[in-house]
Order: sequence, then structure tokens, then C-alpha cells
Amino acid sequence: MSEQHNHHPAHLAHHFSEVEQQRESAKMGMWIFLLTEILLFGGLFVTYTVYRAWNPDMFYNAHKFLNVTLGTVNTFALISSSLTMALAIRFIQVGDRRKTIIFLMATLALAAVFLVIKYFEYSHKFHLGQLPGKYYTFTGVAGNNPHIFFGIYFAMTGLHGIHVLAGMGAISWMLFRTIRNDFSAEYYTPMEMTGLYWHLVDLIWIYLFPLLYLIG
Amino acid sequence: MSDSRHNEHILPIKTYVAVAAGLFILTAVTVGVSFIHLGGWNAVVAFGVATIKGLLVAMFFMHLLYDRKIYLIIFATALLFLGVFIALTMFDILLRGPINPDTSSPIKNEAVIYEKNTTDSLQMEVIEDNAAVSTQSGH
Repeated sequence: MSEQHNHHPAHLAHHFSEVEQQRESAKMGMWIFLLTEILLFGGLFVTYTVYRAWNPDMFYNAHKFLNVTLGTVNTFALISSSLTMALAIRFIQVGDRRKTIIFLMATLALAAVFLVIKYFEYSHKFHLGQLPGKYYTFTGVAGNNPHIFFGIYFAMTGLHGIHVLAGMGAISWMLFRTIRNDFSAEYYTPMEMTGLYWHLVDLIWIYLFPLLYLIG
Repeated sequence: MSDSRHNEHILPIKTYVAVAAGLFILTAVTVGVSFIHLGGWNAVVAFGVATIKGLLVAMFFMHLLYDRKIYLIIFATALLFLGVFIALTMFDILLRGPINPDTSSPIKNEAVIYEKNTTDSLQMEVIEDNAAVSTQSGH
């Protein structure tokens, strides 16, 4: 066994012939997973489009109750976190573990800022009764069936929020593995995959933000 | 390309910072435009700016511009089928009305939910009264 291992680096699995093949296989698998993620959110994007087409005025009136300032701050937080994630990978590519750790922690901090702001937005809506379906008790929105807007709002931002949490879990794991010295300039594929996932979470928010907060 | 290190594309830090700066500026633009009334053009601007931002993230942060083209094809496939999903659904949604006005919008306009709640609770009382009566008569 040990003789076999001498032929290749420790991070190369037996069923791959070379490091580059392993890396590209992982990346293709990740992109196919991201494809399924886009289609998962796709169902919600279609729901949004259909109900906005049916209730254009109600959507406009209801969206006024979302806080554009908090949404903008969250957009900046998430874009910044994408930048710090990209830089974390950039620094492991050149073997600078210390800076990788710093930028991974910055990414986690910015993700936490996003979720804390989301928590305040949610609790404000819970308080006002701007809830989906039959739990909707708010009476301030002009137009019919405003609960539909908030149902879609909670479904879309809720699923996105779960993805932010999952991303934070993955980034924490990458942070732990970087500190454990698993990664180097030669091998950092898991961190690259985590980065792709995190950028997709950012990408989806880039669409959610104007669709929900900025209805003209 | 046989050397494994050649495929990694180590971008300069300033590229990432410039892309992020572009994303910040575009976010400011899209928020600013949303306060100006342009009618239907608001949605077009919002969607267009989001798409430019999305492309920046995908091309630079996700390295699609530099990586093997197969990843770009997979990504484009997802967007293509999402487009088909939305387009074909909207053909139905937008064109159903002229064919059958009654079912063009399945939720009735007068069915405001917070008004319906009060009638629901009234109906519940009636049902409970009836139930009380029927159990009494049953004995």
C-alpha cells in the first residue's frame, strides 16, 4: 500500500489518474449541482412572474413595505462576502494560508451580517402580521390578496437564507481544514467548490433584491 | 495544458477588487433608478442591471471566463431551460384570458383574505351550533 502511495500526492484519490483529472471532475460535478440549484430557485422565479403578472398593482403596493435600505445593505454585505471568498481562494492559490484564514473569517462575518439583518426584517414582518396565506393579518396594503406577495417573499428569501446558512457551514468547514493545514497551492479543490456555491448564493440574491425590493 | 498548474488561472487581486467595485456601483444604480418612475422600463432596467451583475459574478468570481468551456455550457444550459420554463408558462398565463376569461385568474379579485377571515369565524360558529344541535337530537 505505502509503495503505491509514493507515486502520487496524498490528496489524489485512487480512481483518478492525475490531479488535474480529479480537479476537473469535481468541478464539473459542482457545476451540475449548481444547475439543479438554479432550477430549484427557478420554480420560485416562475411563481413570482406568474403572480406578479396577475397582480401588478398589489405587488407594487406590497413591496413598499419592504425596507430598501436594509435590502441594499444586505446586497453590499453579500457582494463583499463574494469578494472575500474569491480572495481567500486567490491566497491559497499562492500558498498564503494566513491571508486565506483571514478572508474566510471575513466571509463568515459578512454572511452573519446578512442573516442578522434578515432576522430583523423577518421579525418586523412577523410583528405586523405580514405573513403568508391564512396567517396574514396586516390590513395596510391596498389591493387584493397581498398575502400572496408576502408568501412569495418568505419562500424566496427563506430558501435563500437556508442556502446562506449551508454556505456558512461549508465555509466554516473550509476554515477548519485550512487551519488544520489540509490545503496548499497544490490542492484546494474543496475550497474552490465552496467558493462556487457561495458565489451562486450571491448570484441568486442579485436577482431577488430587485425583484422583491425594487418594483418600479 | 498538460501541466496541472496551467489550468488554475491565478487572477491579480485588483481584478477581483475592480469586479466588486463594479458590482457596488451597479447596485447603487439599480437602487437609484427604482425611485424614478419609468413605467414598464423600471422592470427592464432592474432585470438588465441584475443580469450584468450576475455575469460579472459568474465570469470573474466563478472563473467561467478562464475555465474550461464545459462549465460555461452547463451554466448556460441551466439558464436556457429556466428561460423555457418561464416563457412557456407566461404564454399560458398572459394569453389564457382571451380564450377563457372565467379561468384567466384563478383567485377571485374580491377574495381579500383578511375580510374572509371574519366570515370564516362566523361560519365556524354556525357549524359548531349545528353540531351541538345534531348531537343533542342524536341522543
